Amino acid sequence: MSIDILVSLIKPLLVLGIVLTNTIILIWLERKVVAGMQSRVGPDRAGPFGILQTLADAIKLLLKEQILPLRADKAMYLLAPIIALVPSFLIFMIIPLGPGFDLTIGGETRFINLVGADINVGVLFFLAISSLAVYSVVLAGWSSGSKYPLLGGVRASAQMISYEAAMGLSLVPVILYSGSMSMSKIVESQSGNLSSTIPVIDSIVRFIPNWNVFPQFLAFGIFFVASIAEVNRAPFDLVEAEQELVGGFHTEYSGFRFAMFFLAEYINMFNMCAITATFFLGGWLGPTFPGIFPPLLSAMMPTIWLGLKTVGLLFVYFWIRATLPRLRYDQLMELGWKRLIPISLIWLLVSAIVLGIRDFGLPWS
Amino acid sequence: MTEILLFAIPALLIILGALIVVFAKNPVHNAMGLVLTLTSLAIVYITLNATFVAMVQMLVYAGAVMTLFLFVIMMIGVDKPEQSRKEIKGQTFLISGTLILLVSIIVYIGLENGLNWDLIFPESENAIEGTPSLLASSMFTSWVFPFEVISILLIVATTSALALAYEFKKNESND
Repeated sequence: MSIDILVSLIKPLLVLGIVLTNTIILIWLERKVVAGMQSRVGPDRAGPFGILQTLADAIKLLLKEQILPLRADKAMYLLAPIIALVPSFLIFMIIPLGPGFDLTIGGETRFINLVGADINVGVLFFLAISSLAVYSVVLAGWSSGSKYPLLGGVRASAQMISYEAAMGLSLVPVILYSGSMSMSKIVESQSGNLSSTIPVIDSIVRFIPNWNVFPQFLAFGIFFVASIAEVNRAPFDLVEAEQELVGGFHTEYSGFRFAMFFLAEYINMFNMCAITATFFLGGWLGPTFPGIFPPLLSAMMPTIWLGLKTVGLLFVYFWIRATLPRLRYDQLMELGWKRLIPISLIWLLVSAIVLGIRDFGLPWS
Repeated sequence: MTEILLFAIPALLIILGALIVVFAKNPVHNAMGLVLTLTSLAIVYITLNATFVAMVQMLVYAGAVMTLFLFVIMMIGVDKPEQSRKEIKGQTFLISGTLILLVSIIVYIGLENGLNWDLIFPESENAIEGTPSLLASSMFTSWVFPFEVISILLIVATTSALALAYEFKKNESND
């Protein structure tokens, strides 16, 4: 009993540590990568390669004065940054980081799975919690009592509702294909290599891992686009379009409350990439090289694989940000409602028919 | 002890949210009170081992419906609190009557059960009832007729809403 309580106390603390450390490195990495793509140097003063720049920024933001606008709605104004930060931590709790291991303490052996909470409807939990993130943006925009944040907030609510629908619909074929809504079962269903009943195709395809991204390539595309829109990154960052809305919903925020929004944005980005890797790129699956690598490193390889996949996807995020210009607002809504949602519905139909034929045979045979 | 806490905290939050919905002057505060109520209700569902229902509650009500509420409130731009106060005839009498009725019902149920206020939580084998596959199989076999009737009702509601909005627009352009 006491070990269980200890484990459930350690897990959230560990998640907090991982998430905060990640964010510090992530912000530095984004500035460096984007700087490299735009032929600039990027941060290079604080620490080696400027890696302590984020820390310096955080200290600066902590020491700044926190301004409360005169026309602000006080309760909602103070609540909004907290609502922004909480869902981002909760989402990380359901990402499986590894296969789990047996731990023996004082003669008692326990199986410890490397998930914060392995709930059987993990996919729905992810969608439910990420839909709560809208409130922070909407409330921050409305409660500031100023016109630019309000416009940013209204835009955000429209954008996030539209793309949430596409994101949810693109995940349904993945759930059908994996046969479960649990995150760890989705990862396990992607183990092994692809196979085909036709020998010629089988000989080519058998070297490719059985990741969902290959059979569900269209769902992956839709989910990737929708996830960028969901975390309000370029080219879908109309919520905080600098040229039109000054700073969007967080214009009136300063000091540590602004830092909370900033932190939440980067944690959400990291979560989204880790979730994409879990759903489509096999999560923690990958060769662990037992016997070649030392045992401890071999045991840590699954987590390292998940990290590498996540960083790869994050690099694509940075790449897109450095390359693509921002969409116009009507283009954004048109892409969401007229392209992504119909395509994902058709893809859901096609996947359901293919899976039905695979499991039950052709209807006339 | 843990069970009572797991029930009491969300239950108190539900009541707090409901009170905010009724008494707060600002429409955005009302909406956020409703969000608090719906989210706490989801926590109660989780303690009853109905994880699926809890997640759907969060996704549909707290996520989608309330965001649309907030969106509409912000679009209309209700920045100032409601001015008009309408009083129903004899409202003090009605409210106190309802309250007395409610309290007497609770007391009656309590006395019937021999003042046994213990909370009953379902055992973990009941957890399987919340899984989506079982829910789907019962919905599409034994409850398929009510399910289809509800879907027809929803389509009728959507079309009538569209028809009403379209009629309004046509009249506007004629002026």
